[in-house]
Amino acid sequence: MMLRIRAFEDAAERLSQGGVSAFGSAAGNIAMVRGPLHLSTGQEAVAAGVCQHLQRSDLLTSTHRGHGHTLAKGADTTRMMCELFGRAGGSNGGKGGSMHIADFSVGMLGANGVVAAGLPIAVGAAHALKLRGSSAVVACFFGDGAINRGPFLEALNWAASYHLPVLFVCEDNRWSATTHTSATTAGAGAAARALALAVPAETVNGNDVEAVCDGAGALLKAVRGGEGPRLLHALTYRVKGHVSVDPAHYRDPQAHAAALEGDPIALASARYVELGGKAEDIDALVRQAKQEIDAAQQAAHDAPWPAVDAAFSDVMNTGAGRWF
Amino acid sequence: MQATNPISYAQAACRALAQAMQDDPAIVVLGEDVGRGGIFGQYAGLQARFGEQRVIDTPISEATIMGAGVGMALAGLKPVVEMRVVDFALCAMDEIVNQAAKNRFMFGGQGRVPLVARMPIGMWSASAAQHSQSFESWFTHLPGVVVVCPSTPQDNHDLLLAALACGDPVIYMEHKELWPLSADLQPTGSALLGQAKRWREGSDLTLVSWSRQMHWAAEAAQTLAQQGVQVDLLDLRTLWPWDRDAVFASAARSGHLLITHEAVQVAGFGAEIAASAAEATGCRVRRLGAPRIPVGYAHTLEEAARVRPAAIVAAALEMLA
Repeated sequence: MMLRIRAFEDAAERLSQGGVSAFGSAAGNIAMVRGPLHLSTGQEAVAAGVCQHLQRSDLLTSTHRGHGHTLAKGADTTRMMCELFGRAGGSNGGKGGSMHIADFSVGMLGANGVVAAGLPIAVGAAHALKLRGSSAVVACFFGDGAINRGPFLEALNWAASYHLPVLFVCEDNRWSATTHTSATTAGAGAAARALALAVPAETVNGNDVEAVCDGAGALLKAVRGGEGPRLLHALTYRVKGHVSVDPAHYRDPQAHAAALEGDPIALASARYVELGGKAEDIDALVRQAKQEIDAAQQAAHDAPWPAVDAAFSDVMNTGAGRWF
Repeated sequence: MQATNPISYAQAACRALAQAMQDDPAIVVLGEDVGRGGIFGQYAGLQARFGEQRVIDTPISEATIMGAGVGMALAGLKPVVEMRVVDFALCAMDEIVNQAAKNRFMFGGQGRVPLVARMPIGMWSASAAQHSQSFESWFTHLPGVVVVCPSTPQDNHDLLLAALACGDPVIYMEHKELWPLSADLQPTGSALLGQAKRWREGSDLTLVSWSRQMHWAAEAAQTLAQQGVQVDLLDLRTLWPWDRDAVFASAARSGHLLITHEAVQVAGFGAEIAASAAEATGCRVRRLGAPRIPVGYAHTLEEAARVRPAAIVAAALEMLA
């Protein structure tokens, strides 16, 4: 899974160059993937480790950096790539793009362009599951920047008050856009804030997929057991800039180089070999992932654009047809 | 006609909601103090009847009340989301604007948000600047939501049922000074979203209003009739979609259209109606709303923000002069 996410992100990054005006980069018309593209490169272990424990019927809310969560929840790569290309066959019919990628058919309720906006939606979905007597749970991903927004406090308080089946996952990549989160965050961070709201929390190395998997597994067991919400604080690192055209020159080169040493795929590969696996197996998986993404990319390239009529559908039923 | 079994605007909504909850187990209510009936009594008795699982008392967390409503809707429920007053709904603007209203379109129709967000508007005497506002025009500007502003107990009953049945996110705006207004309720009433109601027929001037202001428009029309001016008086009831056919037909007949609302006149919904009707029919138009000032506490200051019947009469006569 991590290799598939990495291959997807690498392709998306390549295809997005020249796709948005930001950080001194000018947009042209040549990029296949246009608009702001937020990459989760280097954060793959969090998505893979948590979603390992999710069933198709479980629900998930994500962030603006949501490709990895979507893939790990089981979404189809071709439909996802079509969405990034803005094509009619995309998971959202080309209406959302990268920042709003969603696949409700696998319980992935959407990436979100607003920091922390997924948290209230996640607790509402969990509340509905509980009221309806469902055994499904909700995994709610958000970043370290989100813990400084009000909905973080509101949603944790809500989930704890009603004992809702939700696993909060703070995917801490250390950066709030171009500001190091530590520079603007008081106190001891996500886990401490969760504990203050009586939400049990665990902190794990988010680049170690086994640690994420073990941590999430234990917490989800409690969540599924009706013990109420839990929070997983996964410490990882944002390898790329805030958006794909951001060269992130504001980072200290030495600290950045040191952080890259903890690459989750390198770590997992080394562990695999250490446990007696063959390096060739990994190479084969890398090739397989690349082939899958290449095929998705080709399919997206060949897919038709949405018809203009689609701009007027799925808005609302009441008064449909009245646009002015 | 003598009222025989009058019911208040608040009770009418409560009766409609109880009926809908009885018929549809997916409907739940969430908001602050709803278990005790809501501070205006518009949820009286519902928790006792349907239980605290379906009539959910929440923390004072407007953003999450609204956002959770969106999540509940995506997971199969039909939430009625209580914001207490529209002024507090401002704490949930992201959840209304970026989440509830956009969800269906942005995700390519994968989900829908059948949610009714109740956010009472309007002056509520001596409630000052943060509890007196009328923001209906803000939401008419927002693709993806229905906007409803009932003015009578009957409409509050019928339109709440229609809102609950429509499947779209609805911004449902009751008026705080209308809660005690009482009238007989016709069980067969069935007001539709997007359908205006003619309160009075006339051919000299078309007068359009909604919500609390509708009652002052009616007083003004009565006064004008005594002066020989026959007003065609329309209660818009739903601001999006709004009944363009009814307004245009009336304006085309009378040639004069006056819109009055309690909200600030600048960029109010009256401007949209005036512009649309003038484009469509070439009628003369005028709008009359509040000055662009915050509502003051002292009654003298509050009065400066109210558009009384006398002002409507004066505006009508000036138009026809």
